[in-house]
Amino acid sequence: MSARVQTAPFDLATELAGFGAGAGAVVTFTGLVRDDTGSLAALEIEHYPGMTERALTDYGQAAAARFGLCDWRIVHRHGRIATGQPIMMVATAARHRRAAFEAADYLMDWLKSRAPFWKREIGQDGAARWVAAKTDDEDSLARW
Amino acid sequence: MEILYFAALRERVGHPRETVTSDARTPRDLVAELAARSDGHAAAFADMAALRCAVDQQLTDLDAPLGQPREVAFFPPMTGG
Repeated sequence: MSARVQTAPFDLATELAGFGAGAGAVVTFTGLVRDDTGSLAALEIEHYPGMTERALTDYGQAAAARFGLCDWRIVHRHGRIATGQPIMMVATAARHRRAAFEAADYLMDWLKSRAPFWKREIGQDGAARWVAAKTDDEDSLARW
Repeated sequence: MEILYFAALRERVGHPRETVTSDARTPRDLVAELAARSDGHAAAFADMAALRCAVDQQLTDLDAPLGQPREVAFFPPMTGG
């Protein structure tokens, strides 16, 4: 039951070693830097040190209480991350699969519009552009 | 109090933080004071619909009572994940 913010890459196998002891189901989600246009070199992710860790922990604890999780983990990177590389992961462990799936989905919806991260696209030509928030990300929260 | 700016707001204001003295009763009142500090500040706060705020590291409505915070942050809608 932990949340981390880091610049370094993470390794899913390492994160899952010993994760979710006693659970019957573990679900993981990994977000990658996607290149929709074929011209993206990297993302630069800015965050709010202090608040970020607090917010991720709050959302993890809320998911644990709501879905009865045995364990949860959130790892979110910041700084420059190249196309195709992992940005973040969530893992949820529960006695049964539906709670684990739903908790991971819930956490992603909260993280995408309530955790203090901002993405900037860096093009192959070096041009930088802030990514605008999507209204459907906000709409997704209404599901919960 | 400490005012923090992130992402596009930080770029428009021109620096990541500043210390101000204010009796503003809400974040929205504080924005009105900050927007008058420079053209960059005015540009940063031009779109209030795209403004988010955290008071002492908790997301807060712009019209909530401000109290006596240590730290108020302003930033665009978040885009994590």
